Amino acid sequence: MSDHNSNDVLRRDPRAEWIARNRLHPLHGTVASSETAEVRGPSGLLRKNPHKVGFIGPNGIKRIDRLKGNAAATGKGRRSGAAKDVQLPLHKVENPDFYIVVVPDMVGGRLTAHDKDIIGQAHKLISGIDGNGAVLAVCFGQSKEEHFDTAGVDRLLLLDDESYEGYCPEQRLEALVQVESAYKPQFWLFPDSVNGGSDLGSRLAARIGERPAVQVWQADNQTVVCRGAGGTTDITRNTPRLLMLAEECADPIDETRHEAQSVTLDAAPVVVAQLRDRGQVAVDPNAISLAEAEFILSAGNGIHNWDQFHSAASVLGATEGASRVAVDDGFMPRFRQVGATGTWVTARIYLAVGISGAIQHMQGIGQCDKVIAINTDAGCDMVKRAALSVIGDSEAILGELIKLAEDFRAQQSAGGDRDAA
Amino acid sequence: MQPNQFKVDVASKLKIVSLVSVGKHPQSGRVRRSDQDSRAVELGLKLTGDNRSGESLTVLHAGDPREQSLRSYAGMGLKSVRVLQLDPSADAILPLGQHLLQCGADIVLTGVRAESGESSGMVPYQLAEKLGWPIVPRVANIVSVEGGVAEVLQALPRGQRRSVMVQLPFIASVDSAAPEARQSAFGPASRALMDIEVVSASVDMTRESWEEVPARKRPKRLKVVKAKTAAERFKAATAKSQGEGGKVMKNESAVEQAQAIFDLLKEEGVLR
Ligand SMILES: Cc1cc2nc3c(=O)[nH]c(=O)nc-3n(C[C@H](O)[C@H](O)[C@H](O)COP(=O)(O)OP(=O)(O)OC[C@H]3O[C@@H](n4cnc5c(N)ncnc54)[C@H](O)[C@@H]3O)c2cc1C
Repeated sequence: MSDHNSNDVLRRDPRAEWIARNRLHPLHGTVASSETAEVRGPSGLLRKNPHKVGFIGPNGIKRIDRLKGNAAATGKGRRSGAAKDVQLPLHKVENPDFYIVVVPDMVGGRLTAHDKDIIGQAHKLISGIDGNGAVLAVCFGQSKEEHFDTAGVDRLLLLDDESYEGYCPEQRLEALVQVESAYKPQFWLFPDSVNGGSDLGSRLAARIGERPAVQVWQADNQTVVCRGAGGTTDITRNTPRLLMLAEECADPIDETRHEAQSVTLDAAPVVVAQLRDRGQVAVDPNAISLAEAEFILSAGNGIHNWDQFHSAASVLGATEGASRVAVDDGFMPRFRQVGATGTWVTARIYLAVGISGAIQHMQGIGQCDKVIAINTDAGCDMVKRAALSVIGDSEAILGELIKLAEDFRAQQSAGGDRDAA
Repeated sequence: MQPNQFKVDVASKLKIVSLVSVGKHPQSGRVRRSDQDSRAVELGLKLTGDNRSGESLTVLHAGDPREQSLRSYAGMGLKSVRVLQLDPSADAILPLGQHLLQCGADIVLTGVRAESGESSGMVPYQLAEKLGWPIVPRVANIVSVEGGVAEVLQALPRGQRRSVMVQLPFIASVDSAAPEARQSAFGPASRALMDIEVVSASVDMTRESWEEVPARKRPKRLKVVKAKTAAERFKAATAKSQGEGGKVMKNESAVEQAQAIFDLLKEEGVLR
């Protein structure tokens, strides 16, 4: 039973079957002993021997596995084949006839869900056009993304010079204009987002004189449907060359792997920027609503030194959150509660200190990108969810973290003074 | 946010133009002053202050001068509203650009997106391209204007702000994060002067082929489970979502653990 594999092709051995039927055959004993619960009868019908079903469990009781080997993945690792990573089939485009250019937002250096939807849309557009097309992704700034291939990027233009760091729409626009002349893309796709996609798309549209379709939520090669009049009407129109697409316009790629071949731009565009980025200004993190905060430091029942927690939040520049227990015990105000009955947060970084990870709490952090857990219990659910967990006393670790952050701030202000001088 | 304290050059007489459009209430669909445009007027009013030092604010609309919602902009305390009279379906970019050049505007404020029509948000970009001026999108505030350079606060997602320096003249689109517009008073609104100039503009032909219907509800994306057997489907429906199993630091000292957290925070760029 244990090496029975349901995926195996059933091969009949007529001689063995004949021996098994003939109890007087000298080899009957060897065949019958290896006989499993199910055999093909002489007419080809499946015969079950009820005495042979199941196996004897560790405590001597007979067990019947009714999951037909599917339970194996959870426990005993019987089906080692299924546990292996499946290599998705590679989709190759050699000498593409045309390009569709996608300019992802790359918030925090990674493709967002919105970006992946748009790459999926690009492939949908390609499949509607004759000839083989490739999706060219133009990414600005430092990239931390490792899965361009499974996201559906055929060609990757990574512009991560210093000149593209920070807010430099004019420089980026110049690069896109070069891409326009070098690749003559069939379509330009931008995410219609506040993370810069809409800004860059509008700039390019004005520069190359295209009339873009914005807030597009359905698109094919002929027509697009886009929201107009502040989202209260649907406009159906011919597909222009430049689209700015809403979230969930198409499904992301999930069944193929792509080449993500690097390409380069010939000449580095240089512009005299009229906008000068002075960096982000400090905003009071606690003035930002919990639902849209980017970085949350959240406290649970495992916090015993609340003054330390508040100072950690302020020196890290994090918005404060709390579990229900911390709120019920009166340490935090109700509007700071994260979870099913509190706020559903969307933070990029969620630092959970002394929170066990009850399901009501986990629901609230479902959309968080990276969770970091500080907890004394290595087996709790928060640790299972977290990308980084440290096991130890919250007070000691927060103390060290505050020291590090204070050093960092001191360096920062010293550097700032030098800049100013 | 701190109260507005503008540092405005007295020598140069700043000329601000706010472009306004006809708004539409998102629920009732009634015609109103557009939310972002009225914030642009508000920002213009704040910048010009009490007109002591000769700054001026022009509120400019291209379209039908009899439009009632224009009066509600005027009710914010304007003596007049300047209207370039043209067919509302015509392309307003050319006449607007010409007018802005003629009147010598220093700062042009618009909304991010109109509440009616195509609402593509392209007007500020096209004007900027036409005039060759810089554009700052999604402005929350203008902090100071000194020596021909303005310091502008840009609204970023997640309640963040970015400070940008920009040369005059420039175009800025005003975000919903900008200070809320003051109330519109009926008396001044009906007394305000409509300063009309008739201009000619080409009719927008491409739009005629478009089909416009009230917005349909977008279908929710379904979570498709690609399972082959019933057991896999059962597992997908009941299993707790588990992360990829992150890194667990158990036996390190608190210093090392804190360092690991700190490094991750820095790598993700949330420490600034
Ligand atoms: C209807 C309903 C709705 C609910 N809604 C919510 C909700 O919206 N949000 C919510 O958060 N909860 C909600 N709950 C409560 C939820 O079920 C849990 O009780 C709660 O989330 C647990 O909070 P906790 O993790 O802070 O506390 P605990 O479960 O007590 O966990 C404390 C954790 O801290 C660790 N710890 C202890 N001491 C230390 C230390 N010195 N250093 C480091 N770690 C330490 C422990 O190992 C433990 O993992 C709801 C419950 C119900 C019934």
